Amino acid sequence: MRYYMTGEVETIEQAVSRIDSGSSIAAGLALEHSIPFAAGHELLRQGTDDLTMIGPISDLLFDQLIGGGAVSRVRAAWAGNVSAGTGYRFREAVENGTVDVEDHSNFSIALALKAGAMGVPYLPTKSLIGSDIFERSDLFLEESDPFGGDQLALVPAIEPDWTIVHAQRASPAGDAHLWGNMGITDPAVGAAENVLVTAEEIVDPDVIKSDPSRVGITRDKVTAVAECPFGAHPSPVAGYYNRDNEYYLEYSTQTKTQSAYDEWADEWVYGVSDREEYESLVERELGITEPTIAAEVQYGQ
Amino acid sequence: MASKTYTDRELMVTAAASEIEDSDTVFVGMRLPLIAFQVAVSTHAPNSMAVYESGVVRDSPADGFIHTMCDLPNLNRAVSTTGMIDIMSRLQRGDVDVGFLGGAEIDRYGNLNTTWVQGGEQEIRLPGSGGACDIACMADRTVLLMPHEPRRFVEEVNYVTSPGHSSDGSGRDTHPQAGGGPSALVTSKATFGFDDDGELYLRSLHPGVSESEVVADFPWEMNTAEDVDEGSVTTTAEPATAELELIRTFDPDGFWT
Repeated sequence: MRYYMTGEVETIEQAVSRIDSGSSIAAGLALEHSIPFAAGHELLRQGTDDLTMIGPISDLLFDQLIGGGAVSRVRAAWAGNVSAGTGYRFREAVENGTVDVEDHSNFSIALALKAGAMGVPYLPTKSLIGSDIFERSDLFLEESDPFGGDQLALVPAIEPDWTIVHAQRASPAGDAHLWGNMGITDPAVGAAENVLVTAEEIVDPDVIKSDPSRVGITRDKVTAVAECPFGAHPSPVAGYYNRDNEYYLEYSTQTKTQSAYDEWADEWVYGVSDREEYESLVERELGITEPTIAAEVQYGQ
Repeated sequence: MASKTYTDRELMVTAAASEIEDSDTVFVGMRLPLIAFQVAVSTHAPNSMAVYESGVVRDSPADGFIHTMCDLPNLNRAVSTTGMIDIMSRLQRGDVDVGFLGGAEIDRYGNLNTTWVQGGEQEIRLPGSGGACDIACMADRTVLLMPHEPRRFVEEVNYVTSPGHSSDGSGRDTHPQAGGGPSALVTSKATFGFDDDGELYLRSLHPGVSESEVVADFPWEMNTAEDVDEGSVTTTAEPATAELELIRTFDPDGFWT
């Protein structure tokens, strides 16, 4: 279902409350960069569940949502902890059958969303065939290229109910500046019915319009905008803060069992009412100490 | 023999780096390859270019330790920070010379499993492919890295996450995939090549490791370089002092190495 914006910047609580249980959500789209952890934790606090999570590698976000009982299905290429390897909540849930996994490669999830964004039913690829991602799945089809004859895998479109993106800055209308690597942000935004933008800063529309080449999301796709400084911690955000590598290693040792996860979540998710309070839990210095200032860009006429 | 001045993983990094040729476009994955590219571009392959599935393109080492390809030092002063479809399209077009892969299990044809392994009675779920399947299918050649542990070497992998060569002796000729398939395996004890039939053979032993010890770790009769007319089994080059200095600059606390 497509929702419509109120035209106002919301709190993250208000913005996330628009997401219904049972929704499909694409998130973690820039791979390890700028993962919308604040929005994920808000989903947990609101008890939104029965979610289908869609993404390339997800890093820890999907593991945390699974630990909190919010997820029924994962459509992804990789789910775990990039620093430590295993995501124990993901692993246990899949082994016990409480979460259903649709295995992808990074390119197949990218192409599925790109097909959704392009409004076509599928896209072909030279990847997948010969792997068990293809052989053990009912999702993909094998066809010969009608123009040449090579065997190709067909990847059907995915259109998420929601795509969540953590941006560096956005206007109140939802036009957003993104910089750093993009992963599959663009196809996921294009394919989604609704987009939630959380941003380090909400800025005057003139700031966004001063540099249209840096705009990664335009307002027509956006259903909700929330200002959320530090909203991607522990992942890094170019221009704002570094990755909190130690957090990933600590999380790995702290979540090997469900009861250990529950203790972790009591402190980091349910024990904080907002992101400001959350930030007070983070002791490490993650600020940017050696900034690179991009050369000035001139538009005009 | 004098005690080693380097770790197994440092040797794996330099052995992996030596698989990168100057002017290669290198698809860099997680963990040791993050360090191996930085060593290669700083030494014998200054014109190589790294592409990362997150969208990062680099022609130089990061100025700081990186846990992941998206850590800010890897984005800072990159050649480009683009998107995955751009990077994967280069791979699909055949523009990527070499990609790196790891695995929990490998068979004699270089099929890799990073999805489901059997642990006694129970199946154990691993994180999955990420971009590994795509690299395995479409890179001109792939270099495989894994710790030398007998349980990882199997007659048949439990799940083919990343396809290797065909099992009918045709290498990649009859394989449905576009890329050239695996060209080397680097473990913590030895390096291996793939012969014309697409089967693994022992290429070099790391210093202090015996051939009998290495071949005994495989459940099939491992060919050696002599067996497949690829010269003789050599000794893997030890990391040079300059390479060790670089590794310890890129990974100062030895987190990866």
